[in-house]
Amino acid sequence: MRKVTINPITRLEGHGKIEIFLDDEGNVANAYLQIPELRGFEKFCEGRRVEEMPDITCRICGVCPEAHHMASTKTLDAVFHIEPTEAAKKIRELLYSAFYVADHTTHFYILAGADFIVGPEAPPDERNILGLIAKVGKEVGLSVVKHRLMAHKIIQMIGGRQVHPTFGLPGGVSKPLSEVEREEIEKIAKEEVEFAKFTLKLFEDIVLKNYVDLILSDAYTLQTYYMGTVDKNNHVNFYEGKIRVVGPDGNEFVKYDPKDYLDHIAEHVEPWSYLKFPYLKKVGWKGFVGGKESGVYQATPLARLNAAEGMATPLAQEAYEKMYETLGGKPVHNTLATHWARVIEIMYAAERLLELSQDPGVTDSNVRQIPADKPTEGVGEVEAPRGTLTHHYKTDEKGIVEKVNLIVGTTNNNAPISISIKQAAQGLIKKDKVSEGLLNRVEMAFRAYDPCMACATHTLPGKMPLEVRIYSRQMKLIKTITRI
Amino acid sequence: MGKLKLAFYWAASCGGCEISVLEIGEHILEVAEIADIVFWPAAMDFKYSDVEKMPDRSIDVCFYNGAVRMLENEHMAKLLRAKSKILVAFGSCACEGCIPGLANLKRREDILNRVYKETPSTDNPDGVMPLLKVKVLEGELELPEFYNQVNTLAQTVDVDYFIPGCPPVGEQVWKAIQTLASGKLPPKGSFIGCGEKALCDECELKRAEKKIKKIYRNYEVIPDREQCLLEQGLLCMGPATRSGCGAQCVKANMPCRGCYGPPPNVDDQGAKMLSALSSIVDVKDEGEAKKILADVVDPVGTFYMFGVANSLLRRAKK
Amino acid sequence: MFEPRIVGFTCNWCTYAGADLAGTSRIQYPPNIRIIRVMCTGRINPEFILKAFKRGADGILIGGCHIGDCHYLEGNYKARNRYMLLKKLIEQFGIEPERLRFEFISASEGNKFANVVKEMTEEIRKLGPLNWGGGKKE
Repeated sequence: MRKVTINPITRLEGHGKIEIFLDDEGNVANAYLQIPELRGFEKFCEGRRVEEMPDITCRICGVCPEAHHMASTKTLDAVFHIEPTEAAKKIRELLYSAFYVADHTTHFYILAGADFIVGPEAPPDERNILGLIAKVGKEVGLSVVKHRLMAHKIIQMIGGRQVHPTFGLPGGVSKPLSEVEREEIEKIAKEEVEFAKFTLKLFEDIVLKNYVDLILSDAYTLQTYYMGTVDKNNHVNFYEGKIRVVGPDGNEFVKYDPKDYLDHIAEHVEPWSYLKFPYLKKVGWKGFVGGKESGVYQATPLARLNAAEGMATPLAQEAYEKMYETLGGKPVHNTLATHWARVIEIMYAAERLLELSQDPGVTDSNVRQIPADKPTEGVGEVEAPRGTLTHHYKTDEKGIVEKVNLIVGTTNNNAPISISIKQAAQGLIKKDKVSEGLLNRVEMAFRAYDPCMACATHTLPGKMPLEVRIYSRQMKLIKTITRI
Repeated sequence: MGKLKLAFYWAASCGGCEISVLEIGEHILEVAEIADIVFWPAAMDFKYSDVEKMPDRSIDVCFYNGAVRMLENEHMAKLLRAKSKILVAFGSCACEGCIPGLANLKRREDILNRVYKETPSTDNPDGVMPLLKVKVLEGELELPEFYNQVNTLAQTVDVDYFIPGCPPVGEQVWKAIQTLASGKLPPKGSFIGCGEKALCDECELKRAEKKIKKIYRNYEVIPDREQCLLEQGLLCMGPATRSGCGAQCVKANMPCRGCYGPPPNVDDQGAKMLSALSSIVDVKDEGEAKKILADVVDPVGTFYMFGVANSLLRRAKK
Repeated sequence: MFEPRIVGFTCNWCTYAGADLAGTSRIQYPPNIRIIRVMCTGRINPEFILKAFKRGADGILIGGCHIGDCHYLEGNYKARNRYMLLKKLIEQFGIEPERLRFEFISASEGNKFANVVKEMTEEIRKLGPLNWGGGKKE
C-alpha cells in the first residue's frame, strides 16, 4: 500500500506524525497518529518529596502548568487527608478561572480562529492570526494580547510567576490575597467578561453565518462517550466535582468520584505510539471505533458540555442553550463544535472569575492548614482545558513518593483523535487525489481537540508545516506536496 | 542591513520557553519589525529539509530550547549549529537539563516498564512495548529512538550564549533579544538575560544570622513573610541560584527551587547548596546534627531539581 | 587483582601529620591511597568529592581533626555535616555509600591512619571498581 506521511504535527509537545495508507484504488485504508515523545514523569518522580510534585509536574506542560499544579495540589490534599481552607479553595478556583480565560483565548484566536474567521479554504498564508487580524482589525489582535496578559497577571499575583506559578500546598495555598489585589482582579475580571462576550459574538456571527454545514458534515462527526466534571447540579465545573460520562445517546452512563478512576478508566498500549489510549473499562477496548459498544471516550470542551446539564453562570448558560439549539440538540457529535464549546467555556470562566473576585471570603487570611496525618496515598483531579486530568500518588510515611500515575488531558483523547483523523482522511482523500485543501482539512480534525502543548505562539505568518509524500507501490517517491 | 534572521526550535521541552517569548507582550511587534523568523516548528513552516538547504551561518540567531533526549533533538542541534551564526541555549532544559534531567536518576528500562506495564490503569496483558519499527496490517510504521540519558545543548554542540530559567522571565527574554540584536555582543559563552549574583541579592526578605537548628518541609510550617526562608529552616535554593528572576517564587511565599541554575563561577549547583546548608546547621553534637540533616529526605531532588544533567555526575550509575 | 584507587583529603594539622608519622615510624600501609593535603577539612568543597569519583576514584577518605580540636575551631563541624549529606547524595546517584569515609585522625595517630587505609583498601577491593566514566552519552 502507498503511505502518505504528514510529519510533523506541531500542536503537541515534541513531534507527532500521521501516516496514511492508501489502498489500490487510492482510497484511505487506515491512518495512524504516532506520538514519538516520552519523558517518564511516572517514573522519575519516584523518590521525590511529595510536596514538590506540583512544581515538578507543572513542567509536563508550559502552556497549561496551572492544570498540573492544581491537580497535583489537590492530590496533596488527598495524600495528607486534609481539606483546604475555604479561602484557599476560593483562591485556587480564582486562579484557575483566570488560567482558563487565558488558555482558551490563546487557542481560539491564535490557533483555531482563522479556520472559521478566515475560512478553511482560504490561502494558507492568510489562514493564521495575521489573516484573522486583517479580517477583523488590528485592535482585535492587540486586545487578545492584552487580555491574555491581564489574566496572566492574576496568576502572577497568586502564584508568583506567569509560567509555572507556585502556590499549592496540602491544606491550602501559599499566601492570602490582599484587598488591593482583590480589587485589581475584580477590575480585570469585568474586562474579561466583556472580552468573552465579544469573542462569543464574533464566533456566533461568523460561524452561524457561514459554517454550520461544515460543522455538521460527516467527515467531522464522531459518536463516542463524553466525559466531564460536574458540580452537584450537573453543571460544568473546572475545579472540582464528580466525573460524569454520558453515552453517544446522551444518557448518563456513569458518575463517579475522581478517586475511583481506576474502576472506570484503563489504558491500552499500541507498539506504534509512545502515547497510551485510555478507554472506559466497563465498555471495553474494541479498537479504533466510536459508538456505544466501544469504550473510546472524549474529554474536551464539547465533551464537558455534553456530559453536563448546563453551565453554572447566566451568560454561559445562554450560549450553551444556543449552541445545542443550532446544532440539533444534545449530545453534539460534531468535532468542530468543540471550538464553539471552548468559547462558551471562556464565557463561563470569565463569569466565574468575576464571581469569585467579588466573594468577600477570598481575602480571608486563613489560607492554610497544617496536615496532622502522615501522608499515604491520594488522587487529585481537575478539568484541564484539554480534558480531565488525574494525578495519583502513593508515598511512604516520610512523604517520599513511591508511585505515580498520571492520566493527562490530551491522553484521554488519543483514540478519538486517531479516529477523527482517519475519518477526515477517508472522507477527503479519494482515488489518489491528494491536495493542499486536504492538508488543512485533515489538520482541522486534529486541531479541534487542541492537544496539549498547543503552542500559543502563532503570532506571525504561521502555517502548519506539512509535507505530504506520495510513494508508488514500489515505495518510490513520486510526488511531494509541501506547504510553505 | 536587512532584517535579522531568527530561528526557534523546541527539543524535549514543555513549551514554557516558547510561551515566555509571548510574555514580552507588545515588544513582540518590535521583534517582528527587526527580524524575520525563518524556522519555528511550533509556529511556522517546519521542514528539516528547508534548514538543510540554508547556507551555513545564514541564521543570525537560533534559540534552542528543550533538552537533548532523542536522536532527532541531537540531529537538529548539529544542523542548527552549522546553519547559525549564534546558537543560544534558551531556558533551563537546554542549559542544564531541567526537570526532564531527573530521568537521569532512573534507568531507561525502568521508565518504559513503569509507563507501559506497571501503572495501575495500564491494561497490557501481553506486555506490548513501543517499538522502533512496527508492521501493521497496511504496512510499516517507525518511531524515533530515545537516548539513555538527557543531555544539555552544550554537551551536544558548541553553544554561544546561555539564557537560564525555567522559563526565563519575560523581561529578561526581551533584554536578551535586545542584547543579541544590538550588535554589541558579550564574550562567547556568556550567560545573558540574567543577573550576575546569587538570588539572595534580589530577595527582599530580611536576613539576620544564618544558623538553623531544624529543617522543615514546606507543608509543616507557615513561614513568617518578612524573614529569610532559609533562616526559618525551609530549603530555599537562593544562595546557590543565579539572580535575574526577581525572586518571584519567594514573593509567592514559596522557597526558591533553583530554576535559574547556579550563580556565576559555580560548576555544580547541587554541591554548592549542599555545602551552604551544611555550614549553617549550627550544632556541635553529632547525633543532633545527624537528626537535623536527616530531614533532608531527598538530597538530589532538593539540590539538583533542575541540574542533574549538568551536574558533575550527570546521571545515576546504571 | 583489582587495585583500588583511593583519594585521601587530609587536613594539614591533624591527619596529614598523622600520615607523616606513620611514614617516619615505618608503619606499612597500602599504596592505594593518594593523599591531597588541605589546610582544614572544612575547606573541602563537596565538588572535590564528586569530581574525584567522576575522574576515577574508587573510594574517598576524608581525614580531619577530632571534634573540638579543629585548628580553625569550626571547620570540621561543617565538614562532618557535608559528609552526612554527601553520603546520602552519592547513594542516590548509585554510588555505594561505603566508598566515602570520614575519619578523625590526629597528628599522633600514625597507627590509626595506617589501619584505616588498610581497612578501606580491602573494603573497596571487595566492592570492586567504580568505573564512573562520567560524561559519556549513551
